[in-house]
Amino acid sequence: MIPPELIVAVLSEPFPNGISHYAIGGLLVGLGVVVIYLGTGVAAGASTFLESTLSYGSKLPRFQRYAPSRDWRVVFTLGIVAGAAVYAIALGEGVWTTDVQWWRLLLGGVLIGVGTRLGKGCTSGHGVCGVGSASSASFVGVITFLLIAIGTAHLVQAAGVMP
Amino acid sequence: MSADHEQHPLFLPLVFAGGLIFGFGLALSEMAKPEVVLSFLQFEDFGLLFVMFGAAAVTGLVFFTAPRLLGRAPMTGAVYRRRLKTLDRNVVLGGGVFGVGWGLSGICPGAAYASLGIGNYAILWGIAGMFVGAYVQGYWRSAGAEAGASSPTGAD
Repeated sequence: MIPPELIVAVLSEPFPNGISHYAIGGLLVGLGVVVIYLGTGVAAGASTFLESTLSYGSKLPRFQRYAPSRDWRVVFTLGIVAGAAVYAIALGEGVWTTDVQWWRLLLGGVLIGVGTRLGKGCTSGHGVCGVGSASSASFVGVITFLLIAIGTAHLVQAAGVMP
Repeated sequence: MSADHEQHPLFLPLVFAGGLIFGFGLALSEMAKPEVVLSFLQFEDFGLLFVMFGAAAVTGLVFFTAPRLLGRAPMTGAVYRRRLKTLDRNVVLGGGVFGVGWGLSGICPGAAYASLGIGNYAILWGIAGMFVGAYVQGYWRSAGAEAGASSPTGAD
């Protein structure tokens, strides 16, 4: 007979911080997408904001193709910033800043900018909207970026880059 | 070109409300903290699996039922569709490049915007990088299109 405490301990080991805030947060992320979708028919992803916002300052046709959606994409992004701010204020978490080094954020950001645009989506476009649509392109995209990110994060850790 | 939001006075308020819920969820799930994302990628805490699959479960339910049960979207008149992209070499190449960036930094676009909302001004390094990367990619793509080498591809 296995003691129930042991079963709980084994099951919870991969989740040292519990699962409820992850699961509820995920459901809210999905709900945010759904609210926009039900009203407008648009499955909104977060990374197209980069290209659509560049259309304000660049005449390249590549960016101008997103001009019709650029205003609402700015509003969507401002909503995301405001929503996180509401969380920080309402739940008393307050201001939080990262210790991850600036060059990791900058270099990572450049690769993310290239990769999401080339690969047609990011964690929200492919990972949430695409997977929710059972899109084969999105399954391939998610599996690719998840495996590569896991490998990269382990390499960075093994190389002793902290934090 | 007419803007998408010209059709309905509640279009922008609704998009803002959706973004608000989306950003609140990202902050609550701690995806807005690069350290937490990195601890997931380094197999120290698998909780983030619940974020992506929880979100996809909600969108999946609606993306599959709305086209069958509802007519057209009230604010745009758009037909409800799923989000489908063409699967080609770029999905794998771009996914790989994105993966390196995500694994190096622990940030992704939506979570980076949310991170700004929790006061993490250092994330501006990452957001600036994303704009540079998107510009470089668009510049290459435009040069290729002018040479007739590639056709326009949708992105989200």
